[in-house]
Amino acid sequence: MKKKLSFVLNDRKITLEIAAQEVLLEVLRDKLGVKSPKCGCDRGDCGTCTVLMNGKTVRSCIVLAVEADGQRLTTLEGLMKDGQMTPLQQSFLEHNSFQCGFCAPGVILAATELLERNPKPSGDEIKEAISGNLCRCTGYLPIVEAIANVNNALTPPGRERLGKKVRS
Amino acid sequence: MPILSEFEYFKPSSVREAVRLLSKHKKPAVLAGGTDLINNLKEEIDQPDAVIDIKGIKELSGITYKNGVLTIGAAVTFSELLDSRVIQSRFPVIAEVAKTVGSVGIRNRATMAGNICSAVACADSGPLLAAYEALILVRGSKGKRKVLAAKWFKGNKRTDIKKAELVTAIEIPLPARRHAGCYVKLGRYSGEDLAQASVLILALPGKQYRVALGAVSPVPVRASKIERLLNGQHLSDELIAKCQALIPGLISPITDIRATKEYRSHMCQVMFARGIRAAASRFSGNGPEYGVNLI
Ligand code: FES
Ligand code: FES
Repeated sequence: MKKKLSFVLNDRKITLEIAAQEVLLEVLRDKLGVKSPKCGCDRGDCGTCTVLMNGKTVRSCIVLAVEADGQRLTTLEGLMKDGQMTPLQQSFLEHNSFQCGFCAPGVILAATELLERNPKPSGDEIKEAISGNLCRCTGYLPIVEAIANVNNALTPPGRERLGKKVRS
Repeated sequence: MPILSEFEYFKPSSVREAVRLLSKHKKPAVLAGGTDLINNLKEEIDQPDAVIDIKGIKELSGITYKNGVLTIGAAVTFSELLDSRVIQSRFPVIAEVAKTVGSVGIRNRATMAGNICSAVACADSGPLLAAYEALILVRGSKGKRKVLAAKWFKGNKRTDIKKAELVTAIEIPLPARRHAGCYVKLGRYSGEDLAQASVLILALPGKQYRVALGAVSPVPVRASKIERLLNGQHLSDELIAKCQALIPGLISPITDIRATKEYRSHMCQVMFARGIRAAASRFSGNGPEYGVNLI
């Protein structure tokens, strides 16, 4: 039986009809063409399918699409504004944090959630926050360094996208 | 991997409605955080005819503290437990346990009620609720009942829940005017969900202790024998060694891909020694901060 649902995806209202058993990750990728969430383990272990639901990271491979009804979703695609990266993304770029990049969307969203709650995290807090995001290339060091050295003086379009006021 | 079997999805807004849906269907499944359920649906371990999402039920979503009893609603996530003021101030060991559950993306969805309904032997909430002598609140079409944690767990993935019943909350009584605790968990790496062995200690006034062991038996083990040995005594190295020697007799660990039974049993003893010292020193106000990893 099909269910009608609507949610906000990267500031765009989406309405679609799906079956109750459809998984959010597959709906995002295959039905909506949003390709930043990746399928790594498909069972909640690796974090590559991470999306933000109401500003909090969830693993879209273990969320039913119907659960998104009425919620606000943000994927990596929704962080940039007018082609401008968030300060966090710029830091990842400057630190050359990724190699293959498969883990990157999940890591960036996990770090975005962390910085929302805690703009100046310690090294341990950073490691804890991304501990559920597996990276098979980098050994994590350039990722942790990038998160620790975000230039907060830059305008953070990412924060606006999460519906919070920009702190000046 | 898509979910192949079809089911109906419901999101009731009251417990009554949820219970009605549970009794109406042949094979209903309750969905809270889904971190276990969705995997089970994919693997066809569960093939429900109805999935009942309880996240729309307001009365299941709160953490309250009244008259010395902490009540955790069934839809409360581990992230919410970690952020709760009353838990941080009065039950910091609950936050210590919550912090070891998976990683942020799991904790944002997974619930303690779901954890004890899945009831895998390595569930982090098991030893916690056993040591606190918590009550599981259950609602069915015939009314409510409360089940003591010790009676809740019946075996690996088996609980006392009956057909068409819903866990609505968990009640954790404050065990004393002042208490401290410690949770030590052995995992492969942080961010991985599953304990290979875990030890939960509560330190109460008058040198009273409660000890519970997890992941080393099909159900959490309350180590009353050890408690009797410890209670009222000064915590000496000899006493701790005596308690450690009792551990292998209390547990029945298994060998699987994650650890051998010998390793689990050995580590359980090491973790007990560290945990009891940490709990005791936390009780006297100078122990390691909650949340630090002791192994
Ligand atoms: S693909 Fe979802 S956590 Fe790995
Ligand atoms: S950069 Fe390749 S997995 Fe992280």
